Amino acid sequence: MEGWTSLEAIRNSAEFTSLKEEEMSDLFQPVHEDFRKTLREYIEKELAPHADEWEEAEEFPLEKFREMGQLGFLGMQYPEEYGGDNDILAEAVFHEEMPRCGSAGVAATLGAHIGIAMPQINKYGTKEQKEKYLIPGIKGESIGALGITEPEAGSDVAGIKTYAIKDGSDWIINGSKTFITNGVRCDWVVLAVKTDREKGYGGISQIIVDKGTPGFEVSKKLKKLGWRASDTAELSFIDCRVPGDALLGELNKGFYQIMANFAWERLIMALGAVAGAQIVMEAALGYAKERHAFGQPIAKFQVIAHTLADMATEIEAGRQLTYYALKLYMEGKNPIKEVSMAKLYTCDMACRVVDNALQIFGGYGFMEEYPIARAFRDTRLGPIGGGTREIMREIIVRTMGI
Amino acid sequence: MNMVVCVKRVPDTAESEVHIDASGKDIDKSKLSFGINEADNYAVEEAIQIKERLGGTVNVISVGGKDSDEQIRMALAKGGDEAIRIEDPAMAGSDGFAIAKALAAAIKGMEFDIVFTGALADDDGSAVVGVALAELLGVNHAAYVKKVEILEDGKKIKVGRELEGGLMEFLEMELPAVLTIQTGINEPRYASFKGIKQAAKKEIAIKSLSDLGLDASEVGEAGSWAVLEKFTPPVVGEMAEILTGEPEETAAKLAAILKEKGLV
Repeated sequence: MEGWTSLEAIRNSAEFTSLKEEEMSDLFQPVHEDFRKTLREYIEKELAPHADEWEEAEEFPLEKFREMGQLGFLGMQYPEEYGGDNDILAEAVFHEEMPRCGSAGVAATLGAHIGIAMPQINKYGTKEQKEKYLIPGIKGESIGALGITEPEAGSDVAGIKTYAIKDGSDWIINGSKTFITNGVRCDWVVLAVKTDREKGYGGISQIIVDKGTPGFEVSKKLKKLGWRASDTAELSFIDCRVPGDALLGELNKGFYQIMANFAWERLIMALGAVAGAQIVMEAALGYAKERHAFGQPIAKFQVIAHTLADMATEIEAGRQLTYYALKLYMEGKNPIKEVSMAKLYTCDMACRVVDNALQIFGGYGFMEEYPIARAFRDTRLGPIGGGTREIMREIIVRTMGI
Repeated sequence: MNMVVCVKRVPDTAESEVHIDASGKDIDKSKLSFGINEADNYAVEEAIQIKERLGGTVNVISVGGKDSDEQIRMALAKGGDEAIRIEDPAMAGSDGFAIAKALAAAIKGMEFDIVFTGALADDDGSAVVGVALAELLGVNHAAYVKKVEILEDGKKIKVGRELEGGLMEFLEMELPAVLTIQTGINEPRYASFKGIKQAAKKEIAIKSLSDLGLDASEVGEAGSWAVLEKFTPPVVGEMAEILTGEPEETAAKLAAILKEKGLV
């Protein structure tokens, strides 16, 4: 076919070069790209080779946590006085590179600590709280968790039942939390509790509870479809007494404090979804070029080639939307709509990409010994965690005056 | 201890297809990724570890275009102090000897105790630059070094050289010296973001041949002892014996051959 030959000629011509991911954005500076190289090398050499083992054991070793702290990989967004780098874009690079370790569970373990739990302390903590939790947290010597979701309250944060009442200067906490990432092994958890049970949003506060506090128990380590190398727990609090200065930020302002970091949490989920989808698409592309059927590589069949083209297009659309939201976030514009759109689109997109990739891998895609099966299981959390796809749409709807 | 480390940017060909380009004198590098030469990475680490133990400075040098700044910056991020990049169009076509002349011209004016290079470059595999450099500088050298011990007065060192079959040869020599470092001598570190930010603030001094007092005829093809004629893909050897048959059969044949040749 003449037309096909000329397409081949375009592909092989010297002018046909595709841009590298990092050249597609003016967000990142050369220092971030240098950091990306270091991180990528570390992840590929020190994490990826162990991913299977950690998934099997359903655990990410604490030594690795410490190692990454010592290398300065956990404190990028935090102030220098606590051992950080004061550069949130460097943390964005971290979340983009982590999917290369081959286990979303590992990425989630670290992401929940540096991008979800510690930001609350950094934004709302007193100097004493920051010294107590951020310094060892950045070194990888203590692990944090954020406890919001309850068995009967997920998206509806105002409906949480766990409460704290004053006893002298202390707080006494009762209730339970579930789906808490790092819940089993965390050294501290930032807990959302009702401090005024008469009120909804306006009655929520955040309280930091240390591991080992009497009355604070891990009731269950949860078995999951994906994210297996991360620990996810159900936590219980029975007459758990903590001192008054364990309150984080302002009394009854907890809901707004939680909301304030949701933008970052959703951005890092979008960054991870795009980067993960890219890896999966490249794997499917490589496989489609190698795998022969009916006398030719399956990539030569238009149905496969077009599927791959759609995957690449959707990934690029997701990346640009995410980078746009990240840029607005960096400019301090509180881009709730764009962040929600990026999170909604990329997490759903990653599911479609992984589903199509699995189809390209055929029976092998269904086998646990091929990484695509794990990616398929891991990706499914995207449209649920950090705000469901339905909540993202609700937020977008509200910005439309409906 | 004042140290100089020479680093080279090389294409990563380990997991890529390599094609000879139109000139026949090079490979097509347009689709390859680049990194620091592996042995040089160990050389950088060795210098930085010595600096951390005993103090001193680490000066990083590379010959190459602007792209090589990436490898230089990474060495600075890990603890290097200053950097020089030698860039001149006349360097094209230089062999290891001509490269060593340019490096020697840059290093001569410095006060140095040890110059480190990698033992071997991943791309050309010549293993020439380090030893030629020592000769041109008129100092001692040891190649394929896998252990370095600074003796108490700081004027002598004890080095272990890796020989065939894992044997180590130990030598004592006076400083200054050039050491070509073998991979595996240490565990190269990962640069931290803090180090990367500090490195970004440092200036890399760019030197042309005239800055170094060299004439164009001393480098490039004119100044080289070896000139690359052309690359050819390896010819399919006639010595190869292709085993055919079912996997059980071919495995049995292979095992018989290995046994017969006394290889297992």
